[in-house]
Amino acid sequence: MSNSQVRCSLGSSKDNHSRSGLDDAKGFATPPSYDTFVIVQMSPDANLLDDLRSVIGDRARDGDFELGLYGKDGSVLQGQASIVCLPVDTSEVRQIVEICRHHDRPFLARGSGTGLAGGAVPVGDPVIIATAKMNQIIEVDLENRIAWVEPGVLNLDLTKELTPRGFHFAPDPSSQQVCSIGGNVANNSGGPHCLAYGVTSAHVAAIEVVLPDGSVTVLGDLSAEPAGYDLRGLFVGSEGTMGIATKVAVRLTPNPPAIRTLLLDFPDVRDGAATVSAIIAAGLIPAALEMMDKRAIEIVEAFVHAGYPTEADAVLLVELDGLPGGVEHGVEVVRSVAQRHQVGNIRVAADNEERELLWKGRKNAFGAVARIKPDYYLHDTVVPRGKLVEVLDKVYKIADAYDLIAVNVFHAGDGNLHPILAYDSDEKGVLERVHAAGRAIITASIEAGGVLSGEHGIGLEKRDYMGMLFSAHDMATQDMVREAFDPQGFANPLKVLPSGSRCSDSFGQHVPDGAWV
Amino acid sequence: MSSLDAVPEEVHEFSAEVGTSDPITVVGGRTQWNVGGVPDGSAREVAAPSGIWSHEPEEMTVRCGAGTPLSELSEQLARHGQMVPFDMPPNATVGGVLSVGRSGIRRLRYGHIRDLVLQIRHIDSDGKIVTSGGPTVKNVSGYDLCRLLVGSLGKLGCLAEVTLRCLPVPETTRWLTGPTDPFEVYARLYRPSSILWDGEQVWVCLEGVLSDVEAEASLLDLTEAEGPPSIPSAGRISVEPKELKNLSTDNANWIAEIGVGIIHSDKPSKAQQISRTNGSLMREIERRLDPNGRLNPGRQVVLP
Repeated sequence: MSNSQVRCSLGSSKDNHSRSGLDDAKGFATPPSYDTFVIVQMSPDANLLDDLRSVIGDRARDGDFELGLYGKDGSVLQGQASIVCLPVDTSEVRQIVEICRHHDRPFLARGSGTGLAGGAVPVGDPVIIATAKMNQIIEVDLENRIAWVEPGVLNLDLTKELTPRGFHFAPDPSSQQVCSIGGNVANNSGGPHCLAYGVTSAHVAAIEVVLPDGSVTVLGDLSAEPAGYDLRGLFVGSEGTMGIATKVAVRLTPNPPAIRTLLLDFPDVRDGAATVSAIIAAGLIPAALEMMDKRAIEIVEAFVHAGYPTEADAVLLVELDGLPGGVEHGVEVVRSVAQRHQVGNIRVAADNEERELLWKGRKNAFGAVARIKPDYYLHDTVVPRGKLVEVLDKVYKIADAYDLIAVNVFHAGDGNLHPILAYDSDEKGVLERVHAAGRAIITASIEAGGVLSGEHGIGLEKRDYMGMLFSAHDMATQDMVREAFDPQGFANPLKVLPSGSRCSDSFGQHVPDGAWV
Repeated sequence: MSSLDAVPEEVHEFSAEVGTSDPITVVGGRTQWNVGGVPDGSAREVAAPSGIWSHEPEEMTVRCGAGTPLSELSEQLARHGQMVPFDMPPNATVGGVLSVGRSGIRRLRYGHIRDLVLQIRHIDSDGKIVTSGGPTVKNVSGYDLCRLLVGSLGKLGCLAEVTLRCLPVPETTRWLTGPTDPFEVYARLYRPSSILWDGEQVWVCLEGVLSDVEAEASLLDLTEAEGPPSIPSAGRISVEPKELKNLSTDNANWIAEIGVGIIHSDKPSKAQQISRTNGSLMREIERRLDPNGRLNPGRQVVLP
């Protein structure tokens, strides 16, 4: 056990020092760079592994080649994993957490590792608790329109199970084939259809949680108005810093009786963006309203051959669902609005096969980027819909200035931008340019009245940008609430709030050697 | 412009009025004043700022003072064919409705009111302004204190400014009624706005374009109604939606929200239990955010 750590004492007094510490700090407009971390190296702890193995046998692993996988998530951030546990139930998770506490070691819950903000990247050498083996759909309760699932159940697997019964799970991130429900809860995940249906928080009724002190509780319940404060709502999106979800009660959404999917092309991306605002202003909230720019259309079409118009400057993928009358009304509104904004062709998917083809293009856009460059950095900010054109313009200029290629595929309906910066990591010094461009994009989004993240979360990637959106006192208040769950910062340390804002930073303010954050 | 620069003068004034030391309670429209108990007589009454500060119809968002009456909010939004489906008395205030955290009778369709909240500015127990959430329709930046504040009965902070998501007013709204099985109605319809039941009679609210409303109505053997029945207000019981199937029709008058799990009753109801672990987490949050217990003393979210 390293003795270089300094901890807050348990049950801190009313003079919570992490709060006052942050109050004194200045909210920074220019975030510090990541290389300000202090390196604290943990010494190996053989007894810890023995203790873990006494509970879960060889499902506690160390030193294997495969551990390299657990050092990363879907972001470009790289950490290092030394111990990974693969529990199968709540009791094992609880015992693992207790053992970690006994050894004074932090822990990190991990779902499928598809997060894009470094939330699952280990910092401070936590024991990784991967939920992959907790993947059972426990109960589908149609009378309550609820399904109880384990956190490792994959998003699309749940929807596939529910669809024949007339229901689905509404949040549908592009990674839905591989991302887990536990990860959706941690990140309050979105997806194209969240425009009409809302993000994960609106679709979670209750969560069984192993708290950072090892106790097990259920936040929320299936009743209409659970008593007390909404701890469930607070937990969703807390990125694993308040405990580990071990069972989730998700709400079931009825499948719509009618669906229409349209692909609209525009000779100018500005007309496409203006159409987005005009559709919403006309009082129509489509089920999904996605946009792709010229470069995205080209690479996607070459990849999936969905018949996307490669000569267009932008396309909108619009989906309307619900009862047939409302859907047809929506199609007419979209048509007439688009015609006022110089639309080229309007293609309406004739059947489900064509609809799936159009969506396949959208959902595979990120993978298709590999056609132009081997690596990409996917950003996630939200701006007011009315500022889409302005911010898109800036994104292109920023990419040009840093000699990078920008590809834009995004949830236009809620102003959720996803600029992709494509690059080749073999190119010397390219990551500095990628990060500088990313910072510039975030700054442009905030200046336009936007926010740091629409659905990917803050994690490690954006925690040092939090001061662009929140005052030091705002962040101190958030930290106080987090500390009610985890005063010593055992759960996923060093995430969400900036370095220096919390006592738990003492867990080892470092990015491991060789990290390229 | 970041949200840091955008704090309105009214919020600063309210922060000064809340101050830093004495017991305090924020008064809205007093429409749900007794929920959680009335505050101690020692508490100084203040009112949150009122007024629509920005409404951007094309963004479908509205930002207003927490003291704004619902009537003023609806009037502004209706000019642009929009609404926030609170379904509470017109003199109730936005901040009051959110602090109590009870949704209206169209929750079946529109969801819990906390999912309509995008950003909240509140004054904390030190008299300081705290911003949580963000002004855009989608946001996961930082911890979701907005959801914690909704239903907090003013025990964690005084709501000062609220940004809400708006919805389009449906083309047609129709209430139907008749003696039928409410659970069959629920199974048959696609996302109705409300299904109410008093044990004998059912009231259904259908919303959307006219052709859909008529088609859905034709599935039911019901007659048109003026609107919802009068809702008893002395008691409010929260249960799992399926438990409504086993409601015992005792001597109380009640209206149940099918698919939601709320029972409105003319008999007072008992407070629901909170588990020991959750209770201590909740008290820990209270202790950290209001160490001296100056916010709404006497009112209780967590029973001792």
